[in-house]
Amino acid sequence: MFNVKELKKSILVSLWFMFLTFPIMVIKVNTIYKTIEWRWSRMAWVGVGSFFLSFVWRALLRKKEMGMKQAEEGQEQKVPLTQKLIHDKRFSRPALVIICAFALIYPLVFSLYQVNIMTTALIYVVVGLGLNIVVGLAGLLDLGYVAFYAVGAYSYALLNHHFGIGFWTALPIGAAMAALFGIVLGFPVLRLRGDYLAIVTLGFGEIIRLVLENWNEFSFGPSGIANIPRPGFFGIQMNLHQVHTYIYYLMIGMTVFTIFVVRRLQDSRIGRAWMALREDEVACQAMGIDKTKTKLSAFALGATWAGMGGVVFAAKTTFINPASFTIWESIIILCIVVLGGMGSIVGVICGALILILLPEYLRAFSEYRMLMFGAVLIFMMVFRPGGIISDVRKVYQFKGLNETTKDQ
Amino acid sequence: MAPALEVSNLTMDFGGLRALDSIDLTVNHGEIVALIGPNGAGKTTFFNCITGIYNPTAGDMRLVSPEGKAVRINGMKPNQVTENGMARTFQNIRLFQNMTVLENVMIGRHCRLRAGIPGAVFRPPRVRKEENQLIEDSYRMLQKVGLEKYVNEFAKNLPYGAQRRLEIARAMATEPFILLLDEPAAGMNTQETKELDDLIIRIRDEEGICILLIEHDMKLVMSLSDRIYVVDYGRLIAEGPPEQIKNDPAVIKAYLGEDIDA
Repeated sequence: MFNVKELKKSILVSLWFMFLTFPIMVIKVNTIYKTIEWRWSRMAWVGVGSFFLSFVWRALLRKKEMGMKQAEEGQEQKVPLTQKLIHDKRFSRPALVIICAFALIYPLVFSLYQVNIMTTALIYVVVGLGLNIVVGLAGLLDLGYVAFYAVGAYSYALLNHHFGIGFWTALPIGAAMAALFGIVLGFPVLRLRGDYLAIVTLGFGEIIRLVLENWNEFSFGPSGIANIPRPGFFGIQMNLHQVHTYIYYLMIGMTVFTIFVVRRLQDSRIGRAWMALREDEVACQAMGIDKTKTKLSAFALGATWAGMGGVVFAAKTTFINPASFTIWESIIILCIVVLGGMGSIVGVICGALILILLPEYLRAFSEYRMLMFGAVLIFMMVFRPGGIISDVRKVYQFKGLNETTKDQ
Repeated sequence: MAPALEVSNLTMDFGGLRALDSIDLTVNHGEIVALIGPNGAGKTTFFNCITGIYNPTAGDMRLVSPEGKAVRINGMKPNQVTENGMARTFQNIRLFQNMTVLENVMIGRHCRLRAGIPGAVFRPPRVRKEENQLIEDSYRMLQKVGLEKYVNEFAKNLPYGAQRRLEIARAMATEPFILLLDEPAAGMNTQETKELDDLIIRIRDEEGICILLIEHDMKLVMSLSDRIYVVDYGRLIAEGPPEQIKNDPAVIKAYLGEDIDA
C-alpha cells in the first residue's frame, strides 16, 4: 500500500490543493493598516491534510473496486452489516424495544431545547417518508416537494385565522389539501420523466412560494401569519414546557403511524406498481398497470405526508411565513431520502435524524456547515450510492409449497 | 378455428415514412404464428401498434376471447390491451431489474387484482387472501418456466436465457389468451433455444394460449409455427405454412437478394 507511486500521487494532490487554496487560506489583506498578512502555517496544514485525505480516499476507492470485482466474479457477496442486523430478529427486536423506550422517556430526561429539535427532526422524518414514496418508490424526482409542506402549513394557519378551525380538524384538511395539490401538479407532468420532471416540480415549488409571498390579501405576504394556536388536548391549559412535550409525543405517534402506513403501502399491489413504474415505464404499462393512476396516486400520497408535516410545523412554531418554504428545504428533504437510502424506511429515518440533528449539535462549526454537507454528500455518493441503509427486499420462503406440489 | 387476433389493413406512418403498409394478419386460438422478415421490416413496429404503444395511422384491430367476446383495441392504452387478454415480451429485455424474480411475476398479475389504497393500508382478510394467493400463483408460474430456484434473486442478476424466460413468465401472469413474443430466442445458445421451443409448445398445449412470435432463428420458426407471415419494407409479402414459405420466391428474394441474371 505504501508504494512510491501512491506517495507521488498524494504529494501531487496536496501540492494542487495548496495552490488552489493559496488565495483564500494564506493571503489576508488588512484593510485598516493596508498591509498583507502571509499566513504560511495554514498552507502547511492544507498540504498535510490533503495529503492524508487523498491517501485515505484512494484506499477506500480501491477497497470499493475490489468489492465490485468480487461481485462480478460471482463470489459470495458480503451482505452489509446493517442489513444483517436489520434482518436478524435477535438483534432487531431488542433494538426496537430500546428505541421505543428511549423515544418515550426522551422528554423526561432531556431539556426543552433537546425535545424541540427532536420534534423538528421527527417532522422531517414524516415528510421524508412522504417524499420517499414519490422519489424512492415511484422514481419521480420531485424538487418542489416543500410546496406541499407549505400548503399544509398555510391550510392550518389560514383556516384558523379566518374560521377558527382547531389543530385536529385542520390536520386531515391540510393533508387533503396537499394531496389535492399533488394531483394538480401530477396532471401536467404525467408525460415527463427524469430531468424534465425535476425542472417542472422545481418551478411548481417556486410558484407556490412566490404566490404566498406576493398575494398579500390571501396569505399576508412576507410578514406571514402569527399567533397560530398550538394543538389542544381536551381543552387543558398547558405551560410552554408541557405543550412542547405534548407536541413531541404527538409527533412520535404520527411517525409511528406514517411508518405503519408507508410500510403497508410499499408491500402492496400499489407499492409494487410504483416500483415497476420506477424500473421501466413501458414494461410497466405492458403489464397492465395504469400509468396515469399510479403516478397520480404516488404524487397525492407523497404530498399527504408533507401536508400533515406542514400542519404540525405551523402549530409548533406558531408563526409561518414564506421564508420557511424555500427551495433549500426541498433540497434538505431530498437529501434525507437520497442519503438515507431511497426506498428504505429505516434509511430515511436515519437520514432525517442525522441531517437535522447534527447541524444542531455542531453549532460550533456552523460556518463550515455547507462545506461539511457537501463533503458528506460526495463521500456518500461515491462509496455508498444506495444510501446509509439501502432498500431491503422481502424474502419469500417456499419450503412448504415445494413439498405440497411434489406430493401432488 | 376461431380467431383470437384479427388485424386488417394496419398502416403506420412515422412522418413521411410508411413503416407498415396495410397489413392483414389473423391468429387463431390454438395456433402458433410467426412473423418474420429482414431487419427493419417493421415487425416490432407491428407489435407496438397492436399493443397500444403506437397509435396506428389506419387499420382495424380486434381481440376475440375464447368465450367469443370481441373487443376493438384501436386507440387503447397498453395497459387496457393487456387487460383484454393480450400480453407481450420485449426484444431488448425490459425486466424490472431491481426487483426480485417473484416480484416481477407478481406485477404481471397486477391487472387481475383489485386491492386499492385503503385495502393496502387496512389489509382486510379479502386483501390478505388475495396477496397470499398472488404469491402462490406467481411461484407456480415460476415453476412452469423452470425459474423457481431464482425466486428471491434480483432480476438483473439472472443469466440471459433465464431473463428471457422470466419475461415470458411475467407476460403469462397477466392471464392472456394471446401471447406476443418478440425475438424470444435472440442471443440464446442451442440448448436454451431447444428448451424455449419446448416451453412455447407447452404454453400453447397446457395453457391454451395462442402465440404470435417474431423470430430470426429459422430452425425454431420452421419447427414451431403453424403459419408464417413474412413482411418486408412494411408490406406483407407472403403468408402460409412453413413448407410453403420456405419455397416462396418472394421470401427468398427478400432474404437473399435477387439473382443478377434473373
